[in-house]
Amino acid sequence: MVSFSSVAKRYPGGQEALREVSFMISEGELAFITGRSGAGKSTLLKLIAAIERPTSGSVIVKGQNIGALKRAAIPYLRRNLGLVFQDQKLLYDRSVYDNAMLPLAFSSHTPKEAARRVRAALDKVGLLARERSNPIQLSGGEQQRLAIARAVVNRPSLLIADEPTANLDAESAARILEIFVAFNQVGVTVLIATHDQGLVARYGKRILRLEQGRIA
Amino acid sequence: MSTWLRQHRRALGQALRRFTKAAGLASALVIGIALSLPAGGYALLENLRPITARLTLEPQISLFLQPEAKRAEAEALGERLRADPRVAKLRFVPREDALRELQAVEGFPELIAALGRNPLPDAFVLSTNATAVNALAADLAGLPGVAHVQADAVWARRLAALAGIARLGLWLLAGLLGSGLVAVTFNTIRLQILTQRDEIEVSKLIGATDAFIRRPFHYLGLLQGLAGGAVAVGIVCAALALLNREVSVLAESYGSSFRFAFLPLGDALAVVLFAGLLGWLGAHLSVNRHLREIEPG
Repeated sequence: MVSFSSVAKRYPGGQEALREVSFMISEGELAFITGRSGAGKSTLLKLIAAIERPTSGSVIVKGQNIGALKRAAIPYLRRNLGLVFQDQKLLYDRSVYDNAMLPLAFSSHTPKEAARRVRAALDKVGLLARERSNPIQLSGGEQQRLAIARAVVNRPSLLIADEPTANLDAESAARILEIFVAFNQVGVTVLIATHDQGLVARYGKRILRLEQGRIA
Repeated sequence: MSTWLRQHRRALGQALRRFTKAAGLASALVIGIALSLPAGGYALLENLRPITARLTLEPQISLFLQPEAKRAEAEALGERLRADPRVAKLRFVPREDALRELQAVEGFPELIAALGRNPLPDAFVLSTNATAVNALAADLAGLPGVAHVQADAVWARRLAALAGIARLGLWLLAGLLGSGLVAVTFNTIRLQILTQRDEIEVSKLIGATDAFIRRPFHYLGLLQGLAGGAVAVGIVCAALALLNREVSVLAESYGSSFRFAFLPLGDALAVVLFAGLLGWLGAHLSVNRHLREIEPG
């Protein structure tokens, strides 16, 4: 599903975010990427979503080489990924429902089918009752759950989350992780970056630990 | 197909919502006012066109005989003129006819009555071609019994030249203000892109193609241009209607029924469509320039 081999990423300022990173994530796997802030977790996820390109080495996502991907092909790659960010990136000028609807605007679903999918996604994250609210009225945990609903509404086979539990209390964080585990149980490949090692330890899943841009 | 239509309908809907907010309407007004200048000038020139066209068609020479010339002398001169190959058409205007024409003009009968006699000479009006007119006029002036020769073509040519200059000036003005329209649209779309920054970034992250993101902005530019063109046509029509109210009073005092004609429907439509096209172009340039600056990361 995802394969890194000898990947390095150097930013224009000369800062080296990743060095000689190699690993593989198989289909249906759930893995955590841990490490302190600045260890390269976000860079690693950005490479998978083609937000950044590797300086050297190869990043293969669902059979596509990110380094060689044409600009015009990037949207089609991202439609098959579910992306969740620490800062959610919600749009506050529209309702919870419309936020979750965003990825379906360029799908070929009929309006009826799209509405059904949005409600199903909101239901899975426990926000169906809040569909008419504005995201600003939601708590931090609820906003993050809305971001997850938006990420899964297209039913991607790969779900990537960057620090989805940061800034959340332990209970909300645990609930978020439960949602990811539930998606993984129905076959979705899940990759979660977090600095909270204590939280991930109790799931007994694979952990990739990054230290100063290398896998430790 | 239905997906494609649905996406266009959605983009058009978004553009309409953004357009109806104050900024879009204000831009349309700015565009409309700017375009009303060349469009109005064009309408005025179109009104002059029948006059200039008739005048330039065939250069005329008016030949006035000396007042004491006998009718027989006039007839002999007429024979001679008819024989000249440069004369295309010849019309004799006896002094009685000329007086009758003059008496039909407001204010002249009193003047003529005061004079007590017919002050007008016999005259010939002849038409020729543009190359021969000056030489012919000079030749005619030397004939016996001829008091005055007036080549109307000279001032007709001047009028035509003036109209040509005015038309060229209008095209320059239209070009200048058309570029202004593109610039106005470029800027409003740039501001719109900046306010939609978050939405554009999120759209890119969830897999929107560039075409999908551009579409509402293209529609917005098109709408703004079309609305601006419509405003321009509206301003021109309103201005001509206002002018006509005053012109009709003046024209009637001269016994004329002259009115400014409105822009023909085809021309009005062309102004609106052209403005729409320029709006689209401004949006296209702006989107190409500014959309790449917004990349998630």
